[in-house]
Parts: sequence; C-alpha cells; structure tokens
Amino acid sequence: MSSDKFNHKPAKLNDFLYGILRGNPVLVLMIGLCPVLAVSTTLFNGVGMSVAVAFVLVGSNLIISLVRKYTPQQIRIPIFIIIISTFVTVADYVIKAYSPQLYRQLGVFIPLIVVNCVIIGRAEAFAYRNKAWSSVLDGIGTSIGFLIVLFFISALREFFGMGSLLGNQLISKPALIMAMPPGGFITIGALMALLTFLRKKR
Amino acid sequence: MIDNSMTPGMIFLSASLINNIILMQFLGLCSFFGVSTNIKNSASMGLAVTFVAVMAGVVSWAVYHLVLVPFQITFLRTAVFVLTIASLVQLEEMFIKKYVPPLYSAMGIYLPLITTNCAILAVAFLNIDYSLSLLNTVVHSFAVAFGYVIAIVLFAGLREHLVLAPVPKSLRGYPLAFFLASLMSLAFMGFKGLFGL
Repeated sequence: MSSDKFNHKPAKLNDFLYGILRGNPVLVLMIGLCPVLAVSTTLFNGVGMSVAVAFVLVGSNLIISLVRKYTPQQIRIPIFIIIISTFVTVADYVIKAYSPQLYRQLGVFIPLIVVNCVIIGRAEAFAYRNKAWSSVLDGIGTSIGFLIVLFFISALREFFGMGSLLGNQLISKPALIMAMPPGGFITIGALMALLTFLRKKR
Repeated sequence: MIDNSMTPGMIFLSASLINNIILMQFLGLCSFFGVSTNIKNSASMGLAVTFVAVMAGVVSWAVYHLVLVPFQITFLRTAVFVLTIASLVQLEEMFIKKYVPPLYSAMGIYLPLITTNCAILAVAFLNIDYSLSLLNTVVHSFAVAFGYVIAIVLFAGLREHLVLAPVPKSLRGYPLAFFLASLMSLAFMGFKGLFGL
C-alpha cells in the first residue's frame, strides 16, 4: 500500500487517499455496514457516529503502530482489542457527558464500535506494519471515507424520510419509510448500484 | 423496549420478530450478506450464532453481575465482554471439536467468525441495558438468535433464486441483495403491533 512501484504519488499522500477512494471501507470493501445503516436516520447522528469512529480509528492506529515492535505475533489480536476498547470506552463516556441526546440516539452502537471491522481491519492490515505517522494518516483517510459515505446516506435519509436537514424542515410531506429500516437498505443498495454503473461506464 | 415486566413469551416474540436483530436493528449485517449465498451455509451459521449467543449472553450476564458490579468497575464492560466472548468462542470450538465432531463439521468454520459478529456482542450489551433477570437473559439471547436464523435462512432462499434472474448489470450482486433485504425488512415491519408490542 505505502510504496507502490507504479504509483507516482508520494507514499504519504497515498496512505491518506487509500481509505477515501480505492479502499473506501463501506462502499468498496463492504465492511462496517451495521453502524452505517443503523445510525444514518438523521444527518446529526450520522456525523456524530463518524466522529466517534474517527477518534477511535486514529487513536488506535497510532498506539498500535507505536507498540508494534513489542507486540508478539501470536497474541496481537487480543492486544488490538484491548487498545481499541480503551478508546471506545473513552468515546462512550465523552459522548454520554457532552451530548446525552446523541448518546440516546446511537445507543448500543457506541460500544459496538469495538467490533467494527473497519477498525480492526486497519489495525491488522496497516498499523501493525507501518510507522506511526503513516498509520495516523491512514486512520484519517479511512475515517474521511467512512464520513463521506455516512454523510451522504444520512443526508438522503433525513431529507426524504423526515423532510429536513439537520433539523430544519424543508419539505412538508416526507416519505417516512426512508427513515425506517427498509429505507436504510434501499439507500445503500441504490448508492452501490450507482457506483457500479458509473465505474462500468468509464 | 424489552424489560423484566414482560413474560418470557412476549420477550421472545418482541426480540425475534418485532425487533428482528438484522432487519430492524441492523446488527450482524456483515455475516448476513457474506454467508447467505446458499441455504445450507446460512443454516450452519445460524446454528453457530444461536449456540454462541445463548452462551455469551449467560456468561457475560454472570461476569457483569458477579464481578463488574461488586467491584464497581462497570466502565470496563466493553473490553471485558469482548475478551470474554472471544475466549468463550475459542473454548467452545475446542470442546465441540473433541466431543461432538458432527456438530463441528456443520458449524466449525463459522465459530471464529462469530467472535467479531456484532450481533453477539450486542446481545450481551442489550441484556445489561434492559437489566434483565437471568431467565429473561436466556430467553432474550435465544430469541435474538432465532430471529437471526429466520432472517438469514429466508434471505438465502430468496438469493439462491435471484442468481438466475436477468437483472441489469449494475444491480447484480450486492446492490440487489440490499434491495431484497429492504423488502424483507418492509415485510417484518408488518409484525409491529402484534399482541400490542
């Protein structure tokens, strides 16, 4: 990933861009789907969740990369899990303290960040093998990729499902189904179909 | 919302159909889309999830109420639950491999996958969040897993047929699977209000 022979972009930039485009966690790799569908009912929830994920991902990438020389191969996964769950616990309590409203909306999905495949996937595939600085960039890039997808899905669902954006009412008769579970599945399905269509056309 | 005032039967209905873990709560989606290409694999996965969910529910309940609460370290529950479930899965795998080989061949390869299945961890968290009693914990964990089995087996059955359907190229594969899940979730919304739940 970091040093591709035929890629002329600087390695650092490449680390950063990987998670946004080619390795977009949700739309390309199909991982970390659960929170994307579950919390994307409003833009506020979607962005809140992305920020929580970004905090955990960047933090755990940094720490895992710093301790990688002292992490024995055989027990690396439990060590990753402990590091990740430390950050998740911090995120959990910070959100609970500063935004009880967001905490109520996200509910069980905050502690569940700990088993989000995006985070453990980046730990295993990148942070465990690369320097701290690259790992932080990778974490930021992947978080932005995650944020973009969650932003679009939650904006679409809030607009069509509740007729509002960030709580400002825009249309009067929304299709409530979009804010409910079926709307989540159909939005991401449509988004994926659109991406496949555009890629084939090119 | 599930709580201790409901009878076990009501908890079962609510957790398996009305609040179906996959189609209503969006948990365990990775395995739901990943494994459901044919009915046989889905059923094995469902069996493994049921087995682990009930065990994990009971063990995490015990760990929470017998260790974390008396020592006032409930803030550690995220880390403790993940590690408990991971080691439990490992232990179960060894146990089944040794004593029940037929069962192992049916669900063996799915057991390690389940460690990172958010449905299992969610069951453990929800049991605590709803502050359920031990009996209700067992019922609730089983019901959630049962809902998972229903959803994944039905979904796999439909997907097997869709492989042969002539659909636009861009829709083939995952996009179509998501549309299908959307329709199933619409159907499951019909259970809302059943027995006043």
